Amino acid sequence: MSDTLSKIEKRTAYILILPAVFLVFSIILFPIFANVWISFKEVGLKDIRIPEPRAKKIVKSIKDNPDQLKIIYKLRNSSLILEIRDVKFQDKLPKNIKPINLDERCSIKSNKIYCKFGNWEAKYRENFQILLQSSDGKKINKKELKNIKPKLTGKSDNILLNTNFTLKNFKKVFFQNEFFDLLSTTFYYTFFGTIGSIVFGILTAQLVNQKFFGRTFMRSVLLFPYVGPVVALAYTWELLLDPYSGTLNNLLMNFQVIQEPLNLLGQKYLTINFFGFDLKLRLALTTVIIFEIWRYFPLAFLFILARLQAVPKELYEAAEVDGAGPLQKFINITLPQITAVISILFMIRFIWNFNKFEDIFLLTGGASGTRTLPINVYEQGFTISDIGMGSAVSIVIVALLLIFMFVYFKLIGKRADEN
Amino acid sequence: MKTKSLIYYSLISSIFLFSLVSIWKILVTLQGIELKNFNFAIIITLGIAISVLNLLIGEKLNYIIKSTFFALIFTFIDGYIVQVMPIWYNIGIFGILIFFSLKINKYNQKNLATEHSSQIVVFDFLTLFGIVLFSFVILFPFYMMLITSFKTQAALLINPLDFSINFNQDFKELFKSYFVIFDTYKFGRYILISTFVSVGTVIVTLAFAIPAAYAVARLNFFGKNFLSTSILIIYMFPAIVLVIPLYTVFSQLGLRNSVGGLLIVYTATTLPVAIYMLQGYFKSIPKELEEAAIMDKLNWFGIIIKIILPLSIPAISSVALYVFMIAWNEFLFSLMFLDNPNSFTLSRAIQYLSGDAETPRQYLMAGSVVVTIPVLLIFVYFEKYLVSGLTAGSVKG
Repeated sequence: MSDTLSKIEKRTAYILILPAVFLVFSIILFPIFANVWISFKEVGLKDIRIPEPRAKKIVKSIKDNPDQLKIIYKLRNSSLILEIRDVKFQDKLPKNIKPINLDERCSIKSNKIYCKFGNWEAKYRENFQILLQSSDGKKINKKELKNIKPKLTGKSDNILLNTNFTLKNFKKVFFQNEFFDLLSTTFYYTFFGTIGSIVFGILTAQLVNQKFFGRTFMRSVLLFPYVGPVVALAYTWELLLDPYSGTLNNLLMNFQVIQEPLNLLGQKYLTINFFGFDLKLRLALTTVIIFEIWRYFPLAFLFILARLQAVPKELYEAAEVDGAGPLQKFINITLPQITAVISILFMIRFIWNFNKFEDIFLLTGGASGTRTLPINVYEQGFTISDIGMGSAVSIVIVALLLIFMFVYFKLIGKRADEN
Repeated sequence: MKTKSLIYYSLISSIFLFSLVSIWKILVTLQGIELKNFNFAIIITLGIAISVLNLLIGEKLNYIIKSTFFALIFTFIDGYIVQVMPIWYNIGIFGILIFFSLKINKYNQKNLATEHSSQIVVFDFLTLFGIVLFSFVILFPFYMMLITSFKTQAALLINPLDFSINFNQDFKELFKSYFVIFDTYKFGRYILISTFVSVGTVIVTLAFAIPAAYAVARLNFFGKNFLSTSILIIYMFPAIVLVIPLYTVFSQLGLRNSVGGLLIVYTATTLPVAIYMLQGYFKSIPKELEEAAIMDKLNWFGIIIKIILPLSIPAISSVALYVFMIAWNEFLFSLMFLDNPNSFTLSRAIQYLSGDAETPRQYLMAGSVVVTIPVLLIFVYFEKYLVSGLTAGSVKG
């Protein structure tokens, strides 16, 4: 009895989860595996279109002979690269019409024309004609004839499905793609973005954890950058940072902090004279990191605030009795209480910042020293139109991510064991 | 009272006062009034004098009278003796001084004598600074987005530092950018598409996620643990690594440039987190209710519809709001999949608009306001329900 019940339970469970699992599998897991396949192929953006045989039908009347009509099919192979094999053609005629002098590749069976055109090489074109004769003397209805669409079929190689593999893409990724420059930019961006957002998260959480007028409002406001649409925010920042009409540059020049406008998003290096040493700052990258901190510190803020509010008040009261000042309270009570949440935040933000695409893409498009790995995926795949290379870079990202996640779950597991 | 605390208190409070006054002066210069300098020495001296006086007077005077008194003295010296200023400038200064004196009112000789009083003073003022600073840093870009959308090209070029909206012009002139983006750039259509995609994603995601979450929360089946961990791992995977294979497959299936294709992708990417959040909530519903339902010979479908759904309206609506916000804000997939202006979403349309260097900034900002407002309204209105979900990490970004 209970055996059958558990069987029913199992079956129901599978029915309930199957749609979701299927969808997630086909849209998320399948592409990750497909990346591996594509990354070992030489595929360009133009190769992924499947070649199709196409026909444009033109109906023409013939002078001095109202009983006859001419159809011209403009035939072509849609692909510029691949051939189509065994092209078959089929078109229907109205009942009272018969073709005359039919092309020898074709035959007619009960008002249908069947043709076998054989193989079409790439860029193949042909104007194929059929002469028609009305069999009962009535005028042929041109419109009716035109509205019947011919059907064409053919076989072609799908470049994605054949089994020619190559290591070229990976060689290019590692040796011709300024790979280490890419990697270091990505790590710079990820590391400083993560640290910055956590530091500001701690500061703001500490602020909002005190009582003051307008505190709930302040909490909502602090989350605005995180929930706003990235497109709108990135373009607003671009407007603020513009070297000529931007607010920031004009403000700084107005109060003579700087003499020349700074192209904050378009200049790769800024040389700063620091006590006689020339320091080279990566200006655009720094700006992009600041945007990232601005946009993502609210997540850190929320996590830390939630943790702070769970710290028992008695701890602080006891510390006060023992004569601890605010600084000592922060160092000895608050910090130890939030280290766990900070380490989780660090991993989450690290992984997500590592994959950030939209923010940099919208602000700089990857120019002036802000090219990270995700930007490179887009550039390889869609700007240079090399799908294979794009996939290979994606694979590198996935591999690095798996390493991060392994570390992350190890740490989390350790912490769970400790508790 | 310790001397150290006294020095800390008077110095820090006067520096705080100086920065408040300076911010006001910066704003004033932008309106065209000439200020010779910030008068650092005078204001700091005045600040120290006021804070020391505050201690000396203590509670002998009512705090309202005390603050008004300080404010009047300061305004008189700053606005008439040092440099004669217009009345609206002085009203601003008066307001700042009232705020300042109310803030320092809580200090008296007694509490400055306690052990860590100097640290407490520093922390108090840092908090004040922080609140002002962070509110400004967060809100300023949003404010600029709004006012830029109300400006003309000429006004933007003449004075980029004019932070006001000119309400004296015609209604039609004021909202010109909005009329242009709706008339010329068909933003009405994009709003419809974005709404359709987002609402569609919410419905489809919930339809898939509720049964799956129920199964994960309640039923025993082989591979359940594996499934729950893989949900988390899948959630960590970024969109950028899915883009190329999805692009190729969708091109070959003819799903690119279709709103349907976008809907499938959005649903799949929001499903893991929807399932994760819902199953957590379903687990908290008492099992007894379902047991009673099984006695009544209700099948699983009936249990979900008649018991689980009505009990988890809050959780389901917060998941729905998240999914809506994620789909509404999504940019990467709409960039990849849509290249026909007839099927653009709002985000993609704005990005397309900016691709043309000739497009005036105010149109871009009007579009940005249009795409931002619904999300912020939803967020502010439902904040209570949404914050707990955000802490669960529901919005990836």
